[in-house]
Amino acid sequence: MDMYKKIFFLFLFLFQSNAFALIEVDITRGNLNPLPVAVSPLSIDEVSKKEFEKILKKENIGSEISSIVEKNLKTSGLFNPLNKDAFLQEPDIANLKPRFEDWNLIKAQALITGKVSFVDEKLRVEFRLWDVLAGREMMALAFTTVPTNWRRVGHIISDKVYQRLTGEKGYFDTRIIYVAEEGPKTKRVKKLAIMDQDGSNNKFLTLGNELVLTPRFNPNSQMVTYLSYFRNLPRVYLLDIETGTQEVVGDFPGMTFAPRFSPDGKKIIMSFAKDGNSDIYTMDLENRIVDKITNHPSIDTSPSYSPDGKYICFNSDRSGYQQIYIMDSNGKNVKRISFGKGLYGTPVWSPRGDLIAFTKLHKGKFYIGVMRTDGTGERLLTENYYQEAPSWSPNGRVLIFYRETKTDEKGEGFSAKLWSIDLTGYNERQVVTPTDASDPSWSSLLSN
Amino acid sequence: MITALSLPFLSKKPIDLPPIVSVELIQITDKTNIPFAPKAKKTIEKIKEKEEKLVSEQAPPKKVKKDKPDAIPMPDQEVKKVEKIKDEKQNPEKIDNEVKQVSEFEKEELFDPNNIAALIDKSKEEFAETEKKSNKVTQDQVANIENTGLSLSEEDALKAQIFGCWSIPLGLPYNENLLVRIKLQLKPDGSIISSEILDHARMNKPGQGFYKVLAESALRAIKLCQPLRVPTTGYERWKDLQLNFDAREMLEG
Repeated sequence: MDMYKKIFFLFLFLFQSNAFALIEVDITRGNLNPLPVAVSPLSIDEVSKKEFEKILKKENIGSEISSIVEKNLKTSGLFNPLNKDAFLQEPDIANLKPRFEDWNLIKAQALITGKVSFVDEKLRVEFRLWDVLAGREMMALAFTTVPTNWRRVGHIISDKVYQRLTGEKGYFDTRIIYVAEEGPKTKRVKKLAIMDQDGSNNKFLTLGNELVLTPRFNPNSQMVTYLSYFRNLPRVYLLDIETGTQEVVGDFPGMTFAPRFSPDGKKIIMSFAKDGNSDIYTMDLENRIVDKITNHPSIDTSPSYSPDGKYICFNSDRSGYQQIYIMDSNGKNVKRISFGKGLYGTPVWSPRGDLIAFTKLHKGKFYIGVMRTDGTGERLLTENYYQEAPSWSPNGRVLIFYRETKTDEKGEGFSAKLWSIDLTGYNERQVVTPTDASDPSWSSLLSN
Repeated sequence: MITALSLPFLSKKPIDLPPIVSVELIQITDKTNIPFAPKAKKTIEKIKEKEEKLVSEQAPPKKVKKDKPDAIPMPDQEVKKVEKIKDEKQNPEKIDNEVKQVSEFEKEELFDPNNIAALIDKSKEEFAETEKKSNKVTQDQVANIENTGLSLSEEDALKAQIFGCWSIPLGLPYNENLLVRIKLQLKPDGSIISSEILDHARMNKPGQGFYKVLAESALRAIKLCQPLRVPTTGYERWKDLQLNFDAREMLEG
């Protein structure tokens, strides 16, 4: 009898475990549409509104800040800010307690609210990020600063929202240094210029008496290295943006070019050409010690460090054609990584460390692309008549570069503009500058 | 309870108070907190002492006083220290007069700079991982059939519905193992009684920002989709359901 009982219970157990086995469904696809976000204008009381109007000459600083957030999120390509006309709730009430069903109705998945006030001569901005579908708050922060900083507050809010919703740091509170160009191609005036990443606050740093090229930000300070001419020879310069102090990086007996900072900002890596041969050198900015990194009869140039400083990518024609190579930071273990058709140049290591961006010339067309650090997974993001010099956003998600286009049908005249493209290759946008522009370089986040 | 009984008019209307949420107060100071280069810092201090500040919209590059800069010691030469060449008249323009920030919070490193070596030549590892994953899927499919879970068409209908609702966070890395498993309890009409993230502890671990973002997006997708497109019969089969969200295929695209 016991035996029968045991068999019965065993059967029951097996039957039940089978019947209640959890069904699993793998979801491996979704839509790539930008996330719908409602950016409610930041509310402001009447007294504060009048104070800020006096100081900043802006009618409603709350709306201005939220417009910056909205514009940043839209240009990222990852978010779709919804039309404000469809908003049902007033900004001040929404900031206290959003009526999630109203925001759900207009298909918002996230909501940004906030308020602005004038406190002790300062601008105080409070903002909240809400998950509309879950009906809960995701983040609440308040900032206090001088009123003239209002644009940066908008960028910082954008960075915080971006990080909370994507998991990676933003890139909005940053600047771009570039070469502003004016005049005909044969008599081009080139000045160093700097602006916020959204194109505002544009300023020229040089008069244009000397030709300037390839400015690059120090990842750790407000220092820039660039190329200018000294006694008709290209030389590498250092410029401190905060003070305007400028210096030549040494007196090499030949041309120095393609400078870039090391990730710790303590060294400059560059090309030095003499007697028709160019190799890669580094210079320690503290003690001015120069190290020769490559020693090859070919042209080695465009060096760029990996973010950990252990490796260097560069381009060389040692195989007969210009290709991308990587090596250890001491010049050992040189390895070619680009094997596709065409010529590869201007390699730049991503701040995330996973990709190398490059310019590629193939069959008369220029491409901006990325590949993994072992050379696999090459992806061409954009193609055009002439474009080059990609520079990474600090989060390694967006590239800025410049593109030259013909201005008339005869192919005469040309125009150079800055463009940005993200890693998807779909979100390509022009970065508007007051003049023609080339050689952009993206700064690190100003507020880290 | 006694109060509610004795003063029934008070219990009629729930008090509609705003939710209590904490606001992290952050002082933004007047300068950027990118550290100055050591030399620049000294220069700024000097300038501050003089209480002078010249600003020019279009300043020329600083001219170097010396006609010939000090010689750069080449690697094969004796090393000499080169003095910095300065021009005190040059504009000490401060481009952006403000803001320091912010974030003492969420300081986890999203990128490990010590791990570059792992990224080089990791194609083999990735291949192996992909193979492992594809085996797992096959086993799951087999298991589904054995358990007489959902038929292929039922599963396809459910998947198609959720695909439409799930906005994949495009910023996620393609090369990390981010698999979010959510267990659902469903009503017969497909609406959700409860949803539970099976690796919930991972949500709040430092350095798991991407996982958290993916998990939140998956939860949003489920909420947006409900009631789920479930079979009209056999409620007992699917009243408990596990959805495994994996965006790698899409992100690698």
